[in-house]
Amino acid sequence: MNHIIATEKLNLFYNDFHALKDINMKMRANTVTALIGPSGCGKSTYLRLFNRMNDLIDGVKITGDVRVEGKDIYEKNTDVVDLRRKVGMVFQKPNPFPKTIFENVAYGLRVNGINDNGFIKDKVEQSLVQSALWDEVKDKMNKSAFELSGGQQQRLCIARALAIEPSIILMDEPASALDPISTAKIEELIYELKQNYTIVIVTHNMQQAARVSDHTAFFYLGELIEYGETKEIFTNPKDKKTQNYITGRFG
Amino acid sequence: MKYFIKKLTEKFIEGALFLSSTVTTLTIILIVFFLFREGFSLFKHSPVEDGFVIAVNKGNPVDKITGPQIMDIFDQEITNWEKVGGANDSIILFRIDNISDYYTEAQLGDSFQYVPQLISRLIDSIPGMVAFIPATYAVDGFKGRVIELPNVSMKKFFTEKEWYPTAQPAAQMGVLALIMGTLWVSLGAILLALPLGLATAIYMAEIANEKTRRVLKPLIELLAGIPSVVYGFFGLVIIVPLIQKVFELPVGETGLAGSIILAIMALPTIITISEDALRTTPRAMKEASLALGANKWQTISRVTVPYAASGISAAAILGMGRAIGETMAVLMVTGNAAVMPHTLLEPVRTIPATIAAELGEATQGGLHFKALFALGCILFIITMVVNLTVEYISSKRKLTKR
Repeated sequence: MNHIIATEKLNLFYNDFHALKDINMKMRANTVTALIGPSGCGKSTYLRLFNRMNDLIDGVKITGDVRVEGKDIYEKNTDVVDLRRKVGMVFQKPNPFPKTIFENVAYGLRVNGINDNGFIKDKVEQSLVQSALWDEVKDKMNKSAFELSGGQQQRLCIARALAIEPSIILMDEPASALDPISTAKIEELIYELKQNYTIVIVTHNMQQAARVSDHTAFFYLGELIEYGETKEIFTNPKDKKTQNYITGRFG
Repeated sequence: MKYFIKKLTEKFIEGALFLSSTVTTLTIILIVFFLFREGFSLFKHSPVEDGFVIAVNKGNPVDKITGPQIMDIFDQEITNWEKVGGANDSIILFRIDNISDYYTEAQLGDSFQYVPQLISRLIDSIPGMVAFIPATYAVDGFKGRVIELPNVSMKKFFTEKEWYPTAQPAAQMGVLALIMGTLWVSLGAILLALPLGLATAIYMAEIANEKTRRVLKPLIELLAGIPSVVYGFFGLVIIVPLIQKVFELPVGETGLAGSIILAIMALPTIITISEDALRTTPRAMKEASLALGANKWQTISRVTVPYAASGISAAAILGMGRAIGETMAVLMVTGNAAVMPHTLLEPVRTIPATIAAELGEATQGGLHFKALFALGCILFIITMVVNLTVEYISSKRKLTKR
């Protein structure tokens, strides 16, 4: 089996707090995996392992293996910049840069040393087309990204992540700050992107997890309680806690 | 009853608050009003000091002499009446001290009681004479003619470079050299302080760990609390000799010394405000940059600093504002020569330093006094423009950044 992401006996500590406990999980390429669970269960922390975003927080300690495309990304000589090129990320709130729409998408290319303007232009257009934003912004590429609506900004952030051609996209509650229509557009987009990318999405929205994902993992208090096919988890959960959570008894 | 007392207390507090704000506002308005009234009255004043007049022979056809002309006459740059529109006759100067050239002490009287008449007679008898004498001498029975000089002109005030406010017989009030001195020193200060301050702010906001920051921040704030005279002393003892040695100058008291001291003094303002601005950059935005494979420096230079740009410019302008108004330290290290600066390695003189140095010597309400107030007005306007610019920049920031 081709597992693009795998963690083995993974433990994560914030100083003394044991945030992730012995997580063993494998994800296949070109699938969508949803991470669900109540607030503080460690699902966002788990997501941020794969592009080493947790490095930015003081006092984080990690034991165990995190493999992306077969390589242990917490090895000493890992090139984090290179890793983050491969593993894109979309955040909870739309967070475009205070730059033009064009420069937002071009940013990833530029910081990775690409200066060929023709190439950048093509890539920006391609990414915006992919994120279903092109038609809405093609006439205002030089306007500030802040002029877009929240939903448009989030799709811009997706385009920005796509521009550097990652193989994996991490999404941290990408639709939680958006209205239902924008949310539907993002979900549609996730469905489209699955053809070419492996997507890991953290969500609080049960229906969303059920709609967009192939596999679902339920986290509770830093433990992986249950992981399996989304259909299976939602129709026939094996663990009582999972059942209670997805039926809305807590969380 | 209880309700009534509660209501009354509320009203009372409200009233007290209203009163204090009114008093504050009124005080500020009064100060500004006073400053401008005194300052502008300079332009209703002739450049001859109060209590003195310029007098000539009655037969002299000249009836208009400007301040600079009278100065040239008394400096013997102009020696013929023809140059100022009179007859071809050489000019004979008369200052009160010259009286002994013409009369003996016995003639002047025991308590010099005959001086006024004698001067009057003297002016009457010598057609080419011009006299600078006390106004009390030129009263009833005075045989000479008093010449009124045109008032100090606002245009000349701003465009002339000569600052001799106590020159006699006519003061020379050109503030251009002082304005330029102020701007040069402040600009030099900002050019030195901004890179250093910004670098420190970036270090504190983005790189330093919490521990370092906790030590560094109070230290920098301490810098803001040191009295300026101490800075001046430090400048005089350390920086001035250093500049003299490094640039091999005859004197080390230069604009550069002022700039360096002002830069040090402006640093706390620049650092704290830009650090705050840098910290407003949302964490998510920096994370987004890092997640796209940007390294720390790329993130700082392409995301954090541009996001904080308006805050940083506000910091720079406020720092400059502080530099423009600073008096004591500058007074101590810049050498205070009221000449047009050509490089920062010459002594210069700033507006606040001028006011501080000269106000003690100026007679209250006199010409010099008014000129210093006019300088105060200029300073006020400059700092107001600076503050309005900051307001404008920060209001713009609020509009563009959600």
